[in-house]
Amino acid sequence: MSQLLLDVNGLTMQFGGLVAVNKVNLTVKNRQIVSVIGPNGAGKTTAFNCLSGFYIPTAGSVMFKGNEIAGMKDFQISRQGLVRTFQHVRLFSNMTVIENMLVAQHRHLNTGLLAGLFKTPSYRRLEQEAMERAIFWLKEVGLLDSANRESGNLSYGQQRRLEIARCMVTQPELLMLDEPAAGLNPNETKELDELIIKLRDEHEISILLIEHDMGLVMGISDHIYVIAQGAPLADGNADDIKNNPDVIKAYLGES
Amino acid sequence: MGKLYSAIFSAGVAFVLACLMIGVKLNTDGTTLKVTGATSDQWMWIIGGIALVFFSQLFADQIDAAFSKIPKPKVGHLIPEGDKLAQLKPWLMAGLFVCMVIWPFMVSRGSVDLATLALIYIMLGLGLNIVVGLAGLLDLGYVAFYAVGAYTYALLSQYFDMSFWICLPISAGMAALFGFILGFPVLRLRGDYLAIVTLGFGEIIRILLNNWTAVTGGPNGISGIAKPALFGLEFTRRSKDGSPLFHEFFGIDYSSSYKVIFLYLIAVVLVAFVIFVINRLMRMPIGRAWEALREDEIACRSLGLNRTAIKLSAFTIGASTAGFAGSFFAARQGFISPESFTFIESAIILAIVVLGGMGSQVGVILAAIVMTILPELAREFSEYRMLLFGLTMVLMMRWRPQGLVPMKRPVLELK
Repeated sequence: MSQLLLDVNGLTMQFGGLVAVNKVNLTVKNRQIVSVIGPNGAGKTTAFNCLSGFYIPTAGSVMFKGNEIAGMKDFQISRQGLVRTFQHVRLFSNMTVIENMLVAQHRHLNTGLLAGLFKTPSYRRLEQEAMERAIFWLKEVGLLDSANRESGNLSYGQQRRLEIARCMVTQPELLMLDEPAAGLNPNETKELDELIIKLRDEHEISILLIEHDMGLVMGISDHIYVIAQGAPLADGNADDIKNNPDVIKAYLGES
Repeated sequence: MGKLYSAIFSAGVAFVLACLMIGVKLNTDGTTLKVTGATSDQWMWIIGGIALVFFSQLFADQIDAAFSKIPKPKVGHLIPEGDKLAQLKPWLMAGLFVCMVIWPFMVSRGSVDLATLALIYIMLGLGLNIVVGLAGLLDLGYVAFYAVGAYTYALLSQYFDMSFWICLPISAGMAALFGFILGFPVLRLRGDYLAIVTLGFGEIIRILLNNWTAVTGGPNGISGIAKPALFGLEFTRRSKDGSPLFHEFFGIDYSSSYKVIFLYLIAVVLVAFVIFVINRLMRMPIGRAWEALREDEIACRSLGLNRTAIKLSAFTIGASTAGFAGSFFAARQGFISPESFTFIESAIILAIVVLGGMGSQVGVILAAIVMTILPELAREFSEYRMLLFGLTMVLMMRWRPQGLVPMKRPVLELK
């Protein structure tokens, strides 16, 4: 059995009396695309926030590569190799595309004050390497031509792709995408679909996906979890989920 | 109708303010205060002013339209484009530096002294610009670090007889340390809350200096602070302890203006150094991180940037610049007291940054010069200084909210 990359057990998030996420279990293996679906307000994004450290879960354990990460600070978690995107694109919109890519590599650069003031060889080398990584990923998502544009001026689909590239340049092992297809047209969704599969097959990373576009989810997921009202409802592969009466009920209501 | 109402309202506000500020005067008569009204001449001026406000409000649209008809002067062709400018830049900078160095030998002592003061404010403005303009942290107690720098030099010089050149980095280091100590607990606050805490910190430092009489001399301050020396050559008329003197060494007559010019030149070098460092910082990873953090903190956190460390670095570097300026200020004045480090000083430095254009170095430098020289030129109006100050602010926010010279980011481009 391949080692579990992410192993979430009994994840619970409570805000006062409201249980937003209730005992959710989740596992992601290496090189797997796992999706989390559920009606609006089911607690998917809250669960994401718990995993990425923006919230500290009330209970439950989150094991990433065999280490407990629940309770760690957000930036520590992302340094472990678990990076996320956001439901609403969050770019540094006054900065150029390439600058966005460099900020993401902050911790790989030589941030020493004197090194930067005197442009020491190690500073130049790391800066150069960061530049090359940035160029590589911009090429992968097809944004190299726009490298010098201000990221706020990109089209929405390009902004989405830039956000993914910006995550990838931090060299993660697990990429969490929060509704990456929201607001994209069918063409852009198809490109996104291909990009996600490429990330898994060529770059050997795992992806955890929240998405409402069922076509996208059913087409690419290796495993699907359904959450409704904070609690796990079902899990399985695409066919299991499509035919699960509980899931249909949760989405469409009682007939 | 709306126009008329707004005009009447503005005129009313102007009337109330004018009555309070110009119409009524408090004079001390022995031990009692006497209220005296304005003279009829002044009332004429007040009425004229109110009428001006009324009509300018009433015909605001027409005035705006008239102004927009005046063609804007085109200066675009005077400034060379892109690459050419980049080539010229080092020469321009070198030329400017040479001018700055030659200039004091041709003008009066007073102007050199004023220029030195302007240079101190430039240093302070540039330092605060890192904190407010680049990192987006509102610091209302910046003067505290200025005070720390000044007192560090003053005390070291008084108690341990240490020279200016050794104390300069120590002062910057002390100010940075204070910045670090303050920053550590408070940088998790944002916006207004941070502003309030820093405001309190500024006051704490001032009150501490005022009351710790045994060490700082309290409100009496510290006097007789040693002036900087040029490689051990002092600029006084007579040597106190037999140390070599500048004019004797070079065999020229003593003149007190040598000292003033020397101080000015030190300030020029310090400012050049600060500008160089900040220019590099803006292009370094840390500079990019400051900006990114200002734009979107959540995205930064998700990308593994430690926001506390990044904010702290901005705060500390800003503070150390103030420490630099402070120790130089102490050396120039030869006398410091807590009076020099009141809140109004913080406000002026902040005003320099805002007027100049947040984040813009050229803007801040211009604003610092304007803010130091204008009050000197308008000495007759010194009573109305704050009034003019406020007026400038209002006008700026109305017509140029982005500042005199808005920030232009050093954009990194892929070749």
